Amino acid sequence: MKELRETVKSLLTEGKVDLVIGWEKGTMPGASTPVFIDTAEKADSLIFDSTCRNNLSVYFTKDRRELAKDDKKIGVVVKGCDSRSLVLNITEKQIDREKVTIIGVPCNGVLDMKKVTGKVDGKEILEFTDDGERVTVKGREFEQTFPLDEVISDSCVTCVRRDAVEHDLFIGEAREPGSDENAYVEVEEFEKLDSGERWARMEQEYSACIRCYACRNVCPSCYCNVCFVDQNDPQWIGKSPEITDTMIFHIIRNLHVAGRCVECGACERACPMDIKLLLLNRKVAKEVRDRFGSVTGTGLENKPAMADFKEDENQDFIMG
Amino acid sequence: MSEWEPKILAVLCNWCSYAGADLAGVSRMQYPPNIRVVRVPCSGRVDPLFILKGLQSGYDGVLVSGCHPGDCHYISGNYVARRRFAVLKPLLEFVGIEPDRVQFSWISAGEGERFAEVVSKVTEDIKKIGPAKRLVKGA
Repeated sequence: MKELRETVKSLLTEGKVDLVIGWEKGTMPGASTPVFIDTAEKADSLIFDSTCRNNLSVYFTKDRRELAKDDKKIGVVVKGCDSRSLVLNITEKQIDREKVTIIGVPCNGVLDMKKVTGKVDGKEILEFTDDGERVTVKGREFEQTFPLDEVISDSCVTCVRRDAVEHDLFIGEAREPGSDENAYVEVEEFEKLDSGERWARMEQEYSACIRCYACRNVCPSCYCNVCFVDQNDPQWIGKSPEITDTMIFHIIRNLHVAGRCVECGACERACPMDIKLLLLNRKVAKEVRDRFGSVTGTGLENKPAMADFKEDENQDFIMG
Repeated sequence: MSEWEPKILAVLCNWCSYAGADLAGVSRMQYPPNIRVVRVPCSGRVDPLFILKGLQSGYDGVLVSGCHPGDCHYISGNYVARRRFAVLKPLLEFVGIEPDRVQFSWISAGEGERFAEVVSKVTEDIKKIGPAKRLVKGA
């Protein structure tokens, strides 16, 4: 934490950046909030731990893309997944690589607060501390410590690129990416079910969706000026939470981020209805990896998979 | 009650598959009358939304057809479409849409006979799986 603050301070005082986007302690225990640091004094509020759930590269797209279009030089603190979002946005020409300073931090996974509250039987948590390996929660008349690994988000459990794939500075030592051989076990399990069972599960899962679009809004890859769900001429899908409209929204959203989703899990953490959104994203990511050999956001020279093609590609799904 | 006949949406590219359908027609070939044709400039124009919207509004199946790889009027439209369908099809199957409900093929302007065969095959497949229920509005 100290090293992060010192690094940001020197970047700002040396004039290498005008602004740094990072996290600071939030108002609730176990929460952080994005912070914009423009003077060295403010840098002391910066933190990085398992509460830093937001994918900060979202600040370079959507309505905030003006930020990146100014002549400002911006520094941003990133986890592995966030750095992949940045790389994607750079390859999509949304961000100018020259104007952004990427500060990598070593990530051990971010919290899934539902798992934490589950550990303490839903009792109110008043204090939260994290030492990088173990987390301690305190409340009225209780105190509990457990390994961080048990309470990290599902997306972090199978994550093999925890440290920034592209960075200018790294706090500590960046680890090499692991093997993604077992990254899609959950998807493979679901694939084994029969078609009717899969539909029934989907219907059950997605019938909870209230169409608040939080998943879309928090996603750094979702930045169309007008989203297809907001179009009304033609109106592609109904606005009501009817299962067919909801399913189509989620299927199309997944196709729109096909080969662009970095599986950071921001959508799932933002979902107020606790829908397991990542299952579909992971299915798509698995197809993209297996069919096109492409892993999103891992190299500045890679084209996004769906904007690319090879002439002699596997076309087993086309009628012979 | 008469036997149920599926309604199939056929999205055909203007330069190859639509011309293939035309050839089948002028050659007086017989094929099932279950398809409703939508002509698009290129298979690359086919947004997955078209297919899902078709299923939602009551079609029992969707056939998308374009030029063979290498024959695209716009050079690479069908290659881009192929990548899109390569992800769309497994995803639809994953959420529980029957595999034969949505099908893709390449048919050139000279393949009138093949067009008739493809339509027969698709119609047969969809008859086998029965009327669409999943994703259908109001079902």
